[in-house]
Parts: sequence; C-alpha cells; structure tokens
Amino acid sequence: MSGEPKAVDGGRRAWLGVAAAGLAGVMLAPGVRLIEIARAAPARTGGADPAVRWGMLIDTTKCAPGCEDCVTACQTENGLGTPTRPTDARWIRKIEIKEIKTGRQASVPVMCQHCAEPPCVDVCPTGASFKRADGIVLVDRHSCIGCRYCMMACPYKARSFVHEPLTDQHPDVPRGKGCVESCTLCVHRLDRGEKTTACAEACAKAGHGAIVFGDLNDPGSEIARRVREIQTTQLRADLKLDPGVRYHGI
Amino acid sequence: MWRLLAAVLLVLVGNAAVAAEPAGRTPKPAIEPAKALTQCIAPTEVMRRDHPKMLKHQRDETVHGGIRGAAASLKGCIDCHAGAATHSVAKAPGDFCVSCHAYAAVKIDCFECHASTKGTQR
Repeated sequence: MSGEPKAVDGGRRAWLGVAAAGLAGVMLAPGVRLIEIARAAPARTGGADPAVRWGMLIDTTKCAPGCEDCVTACQTENGLGTPTRPTDARWIRKIEIKEIKTGRQASVPVMCQHCAEPPCVDVCPTGASFKRADGIVLVDRHSCIGCRYCMMACPYKARSFVHEPLTDQHPDVPRGKGCVESCTLCVHRLDRGEKTTACAEACAKAGHGAIVFGDLNDPGSEIARRVREIQTTQLRADLKLDPGVRYHGI
Repeated sequence: MWRLLAAVLLVLVGNAAVAAEPAGRTPKPAIEPAKALTQCIAPTEVMRRDHPKMLKHQRDETVHGGIRGAAASLKGCIDCHAGAATHSVAKAPGDFCVSCHAYAAVKIDCFECHASTKGTQR
C-alpha cells in the first residue's frame, strides 16, 4: 500500500514540472506582460521642457498676399474645417496691412503670439487659460467655462469661441462647443517629438519658407540664429507681453 | 446514463432561469469584450470603480504637463474597447462606454470634445 501513493506523487510532480516550464515560457521575462507587446503603446513622453521656449519667426517679405497655405494646413491638422461664418474658429488669420503714407503693403499671418506674459492667463477666472513650461499658451477645455474674458484681453484677437456642437474631431485635437480655443503651436506634434508645426511645414513645402519654427532658447537652432542676425519685431511690443512669435519686414 | 441525462436536464432548466432574468426593469449592459490578446492596465473591479479618477489625473498631466502615451490615456481605452461594428466606444447604444453609463444613468461628456472612434488620424 505504501508504494502506490509514492508512484502517484512522482507522476504529479513530473506533471507540475512540465506545467511550470510551460508557464515560464508564457511569462517571457519578469516585468514583460503580454499587453505591452500586443498594444505596442507609444512610450510615455517626458512632458513640456522648461528649458525650451517655442517660438516662430515670420518673414513677411516672403509671405505672398492672398496665399493661405498656412491657414489651410492649420485647418486640416486641427480639424477646424473651412470657416463659413464670421464666428467660426480661426486659429491663423491672414492680415493685409498697408502704410498709408508710403503705400507699402505686407501680408501677415497672425495667430496666438504665445506671450511670456499672457494677458489671457491673467484674466481667466477659472485657470483654464495657462502657459505651459515650454512657453505654449493653451486653454484647458476641462475647466473653460466659455466666459470669453480672454478673448477680450487678447490684443491680437487670436482666440475663437466655439458656438455650435462639433462632430468628428481629430483624436489628437479635442475641441467642443462652449470653449475658447486658439493656436496650440501644434502641441500634439511637439509632444510626440516632432520639431515643426503644420503651418511652418506647409509654408516650407510650398517653397515660401516664410515661417520658421523652433526653440528660441537653443542658440544653435535656426530660429535663434535668424532672430540674432536679422531685424525682427514683436507685434504691439509696447505692451511688453514678450510674444514668442516674431515678424520680419513690418 | 440516467445521471448524465438528469445533469443535462438540470443545465437546461438552469439556462432557462437565467434567460428569464433580464425581463426585469433594466436590462444589464452587454459589455463587448476588448480587443483580443490585450490586458487592461488594472483588474476589472479596479477599472470599474476608479477609471474616472485615473482619466482625470491623466488629463491634467497631459494638458498641463504635456505627458502623452501614459497608461491611463483615453486614447488607450478607445484603442482596445472600440466596438467591432462602429469602431467607437460611444456611437451606438451597445458600445463599451455608453452601454454601462446608460445602465448607471451617468452622463459622459468626454465625447462631446474627444473623438470616440479608434484613431484614423495617426
């Protein structure tokens, strides 16, 4: 009688050994779970870098009147659609300016200037308007109540209010009725590690090269080199808002 | 043989009882299984209770801090849980988010701004 249970035990142990070996094969390695392989999820990004100051240089001598390549690219990238009504969202507008005494004309794309001292942030009653560590001024739509005080405060008329319910937003650019919005410097691209915005890319692709985007704090970047070498202007510099967007030739 | 027949009969009767149950006031939500070969970021009971907290924490990190691709991202939810027919978590009444939220009578505002469909754009 005493020999039989031993034989059974031995068989059970062998089976357990095989099962354990099988399990080890499924587990691959400690810390590696099937989900990471199956989802191939994008890696967690480091977030906004406070050492960076994103900015733009717009060379109005290269910007042709009537050209709307940057505006169209912005609409496509952010899912804005072509505006049909005066109240529809416009993140970039083309402004034609003329000096009356001399008759000199220029065409200027104007968007959120991403001020270092943004008045929209100062006036926001809920803290929805904020400046990111890397200098990008954004609206947190989760806390925006749509009061539009920021639109009043902005000297560049850069912000839009969404009046109607929206559908088919882009996954990277959530936006909806009742919130104020403006140019985000294509923040979803920058967070992914891309180095240019949709408008700058479209302008370069069309051969105009009127928009240079980059890090103003990095002395080696093209934008830092250009603003060091050529005369540039900040719009309404008298307001001392220190915009991150600079213009040449106006 | 008789025992087997009795067991089969018992199972059949049991099934009939289960099938009769949804005739109550509110039908239980039919939860569509997630994408095959995936595993959620936390056990089901944790996700059921805490997914709003996770999403709220993550949204602040993403919007204000610029941190993307974290585990508790809404896009991550949609990638695995989008319905096979609609490719969405909120378009049809049977889709993942809507089916439970309708049952619990909790309104979700997420998809008034966020896309509810699986990313076609990158």
